[in-house]
Amino acid sequence: MSNTTPQQDFFRGIWRENPVLIQMLGLCPALAVTNSVANAVVMGIATFFVLTGSSLLVSLVKKLVPGEVRISTYILIIATFVTVADMTLEAFVPDIHKALGAFVALIVVNCIILARQEAFASKNPVGRSLLDAVGTGIGFMIAMLMMGTVREVLGNGTILDGTRFGMKVIPGNYEPWVIFVLPPGGFLTLGFWLLIISWFQKRRTERARIREWPEGVAAQKEAA
Amino acid sequence: MMGDLLWILLSAMVVNNFTLAYFLGLCPFMGVSGRIATALRLGLADIFVLVIASICAWFLNTFILPYAPFLRLISFIVVIASLVQIVEMVIKKVSPTLFRQLGIYLPLITTNCAILGLAIFQTNRGYGLLEGIFFALGGGAGLTLALVLMASIRESSEMADVPSLARGMALVLIIAGSLSLAFMGFAGLLSAS
Amino acid sequence: MTAPVPLQPKPDVPAWRLLLTLGLAGALAGFLLVFVYQITLPIIERNKAERLAAAIEEVLKAPDHYDTLYVSNGALTRQLPPGANPAKLDAVYLGYHADGTRIGYAIASQEPGFQDQVRLIFGYDDATSTLLGMKVLESKETPGLGDKIEKSEAFISQFDGVEAPLKGVKAREGTGDPHEVDMITGATISSRTVIRIINDALERMGPMLKAYETAPATAAGEAGQ
Repeated sequence: MSNTTPQQDFFRGIWRENPVLIQMLGLCPALAVTNSVANAVVMGIATFFVLTGSSLLVSLVKKLVPGEVRISTYILIIATFVTVADMTLEAFVPDIHKALGAFVALIVVNCIILARQEAFASKNPVGRSLLDAVGTGIGFMIAMLMMGTVREVLGNGTILDGTRFGMKVIPGNYEPWVIFVLPPGGFLTLGFWLLIISWFQKRRTERARIREWPEGVAAQKEAA
Repeated sequence: MMGDLLWILLSAMVVNNFTLAYFLGLCPFMGVSGRIATALRLGLADIFVLVIASICAWFLNTFILPYAPFLRLISFIVVIASLVQIVEMVIKKVSPTLFRQLGIYLPLITTNCAILGLAIFQTNRGYGLLEGIFFALGGGAGLTLALVLMASIRESSEMADVPSLARGMALVLIIAGSLSLAFMGFAGLLSAS
Repeated sequence: MTAPVPLQPKPDVPAWRLLLTLGLAGALAGFLLVFVYQITLPIIERNKAERLAAAIEEVLKAPDHYDTLYVSNGALTRQLPPGANPAKLDAVYLGYHADGTRIGYAIASQEPGFQDQVRLIFGYDDATSTLLGMKVLESKETPGLGDKIEKSEAFISQFDGVEAPLKGVKAREGTGDPHEVDMITGATISSRTVIRIINDALERMGPMLKAYETAPATAAGEAGQ
């Protein structure tokens, strides 16, 4: 039994232990399909679906599955959900499915999903597993949006280009910073987001130190 | 024919590098330490497994999957997982020294999305047996190239004066971005004019 | 301190149970997938057919109807050879006006471009050796430069009425030759790729198109020759 509260299980995946930005899992889709917001959103939804579906199922059958074959069974479950998602996307949003290409199928090896099954869903009741999955899925979606927005706005000057809601965000004759929608831009954008997060974290620890040990910090500053 | 095969190999190796252009095989790429020998061994193990996986994927696509296309993903995963187990056992029996050197890396290769990615790309592009093998060779060589480059840069950067903010993953990603940018220079290498 | 409890040995899970679990899981997965497959397949096939029809519409300038001709044994034929899989054969599409006169062929082809493969379809009037239109179906060329081959109206509209075989010239160096196509500045390789794909396809298909030319034009719905 987990010794965390339901709220903790839910909120943990959203930011504090964000799968992409903090745990550095599932980088493949975060870098590959975030060159446009539409692609990022659809991928986020597909991953969310697979994550919640498989967490639910794994938690339901956890008592029935012998330990020796549990990884294989989890992978089977995940692969089934991914195939369903792939076929559904191909039928209903064929253009985006084409843009996402092989990466929908690669959700299967997205470490986030197997990690959640192994670490949580296989050891916790259905309700908690669902909360955990939903929280992680939301966290993933947030990371995808962060990446996708920066890359599309800088690299194309638009948001949701190609969909009904597409609009030009940077007015005038903006010459798009094309590198951002290309592979190097994926690496660089994530790198810069990590720098920003790291800076905020550092500031927070600094402030906490000053708050809790003001004399010590002042003494250190004098000595330096 | 040979020209096409060569194009497939070189394209997969540099122009559309598996790691730097398609973001496959990122786990080992991000985690590789500054030891070039390690990176090289991992890369070679990858090439080996990729070629075999390519053949298996071709076999599945040609003889079994036309009857049940919806089982494609599941069958690929099952085959890949079993493949890595078998390769590990075979290497252990055939060459214990090689096994000791590669040993810990082989299980890492299973979740390496490069292998599944290769199988899926190969399927989508309709490659035959020979084309698939050249694709795997090129892709694996590209992976090795990326791994070795990253390892050597990290080795040098260990001595460099990097701001504490950037140390760790942020630096790795920025290095990767620069490598990816450099590799973009290969575009147009193979276009006939 | 209580006395330590002796560890219970974990009961060995029998092999048949392992196999049963996996087998059952596999079977359930299979059922679910077959179910979803049956539902989505017709939609996916319909989407593909619509996309193809739309592309043909565009490059043949709205034909009334068109025949699908398969390339088999070095010749074009309307009827599928017995036992052949239509998905594996190359095909061209012959468009007709409402009155039965031919408009031209829509031919799809692909070759490596600057970054990766470029796939396009073009309309071709065999009688006058002129192109009717061109549409890029798949390309991964550089956004902002090479991708103008699919996005630039100016570039694409050139293929309406140009004579084969095509010759690429740098913009502003044109001599008014009806075979010339202006290449996109800053994307000469991608432009040349488009021209090369069309020329190569016509070279490959030319004799077959000519041969089919002499066969009687059949109205839609009638069996082939």
